[in-house]
Amino acid sequence: MDQRRRAIALYKELHRLGREYPDPAYNFHGKMRNLFERNRQLTDPQEIESALKLGEYIKQETLALYALRKYRHLRRMYPPTE
Amino acid sequence: MRPSAARLLNILVPVKRSVDYAVKIRVNPQQTGVDLNVKHSMNPFDEIAVEEAVRLRERLKDGVKSIKAVTIGPPKASETLRTALAMGADSAIHVEIPESAPAPEPLGVAKALHALIQRGDGEGKVDLVIMGKQAIDDDAGQTGQMLAGLLGWGQATFASKVQVDVEKREAVVLREIDGGSEEIRCRLPLVVTTDLRLNEPRYASLPNIMKAKKKPIEKLTAADLGVDFTPRLETLKVTEPPVRVGGGKVESVDELVAKLKDAGFTAA
Repeated sequence: MDQRRRAIALYKELHRLGREYPDPAYNFHGKMRNLFERNRQLTDPQEIESALKLGEYIKQETLALYALRKYRHLRRMYPPTE
Repeated sequence: MRPSAARLLNILVPVKRSVDYAVKIRVNPQQTGVDLNVKHSMNPFDEIAVEEAVRLRERLKDGVKSIKAVTIGPPKASETLRTALAMGADSAIHVEIPESAPAPEPLGVAKALHALIQRGDGEGKVDLVIMGKQAIDDDAGQTGQMLAGLLGWGQATFASKVQVDVEKREAVVLREIDGGSEEIRCRLPLVVTTDLRLNEPRYASLPNIMKAKKKPIEKLTAADLGVDFTPRLETLKVTEPPVRVGGGKVESVDELVAKLKDAGFTAA
């Protein structure tokens, strides 16, 4: 049941992150929902654990994408003075 | 272990609700400004300031007593304060200005912050102000310096590294200047403005955002602080930069010389 709570928290977190995705053509929410739906009937705790780990990985990658994009933009707008 | 005789630090972090960095800026039809009906978020340099305050607390542990975020803006600016609280600030102050009022100028903001800091005394005295070096929507870069001038405090601007010694009540700051960097030792109280290279702001996760809803936000008005936000400058016109025309290609050096001669460039 703790895994269930973690899965729900992960879904909420990813949903919130997906709102700021830079490419409007990329269906972040749809893809995320599909991935979660495909795994909804898993029962083996090991499998659920590895699925949760994959979800965490995707969350970290998305965060890294946002952080890099912002940093690159700011670095271009405010370059170090020579 | 608490630091012995030294008083614990109170950090104030002013933040601004500015146009989001990813928005494509358009000039409004009246040519008096920029279209403000777009996404707003916390100024990225202020995010760096909040992050630095939180990291200072992580480094100094008990040395930091409180981190207060403050913003001067319309009612919607409280979302910016919630972001600061979610990143690690303890409490916040919102100096509300009416929705229809023009955006406050840097001098007005500095005066409001000055009045706010003067209010605190004893245990609540502000020791360190960390703020962004400039806002990405108006790029004024004046508020930090004006505030330091009004307070009579030292200022360490464009900071790319901040180290604070609570016992000695001083800070060593590495500043980004033309042609390199400069390291200065400053006595507290101090105003620090953050450069891009200071740190990488953290992501405010959902549990932190939920926790931030319980943290207090004090609401004030300009009248409470005795400050007048009337603008002193009048914007006459705002236009987009001229469209860039493409260059032309030449086939040989002689053609290049001929073209330069036509344009009016002669050999020195």
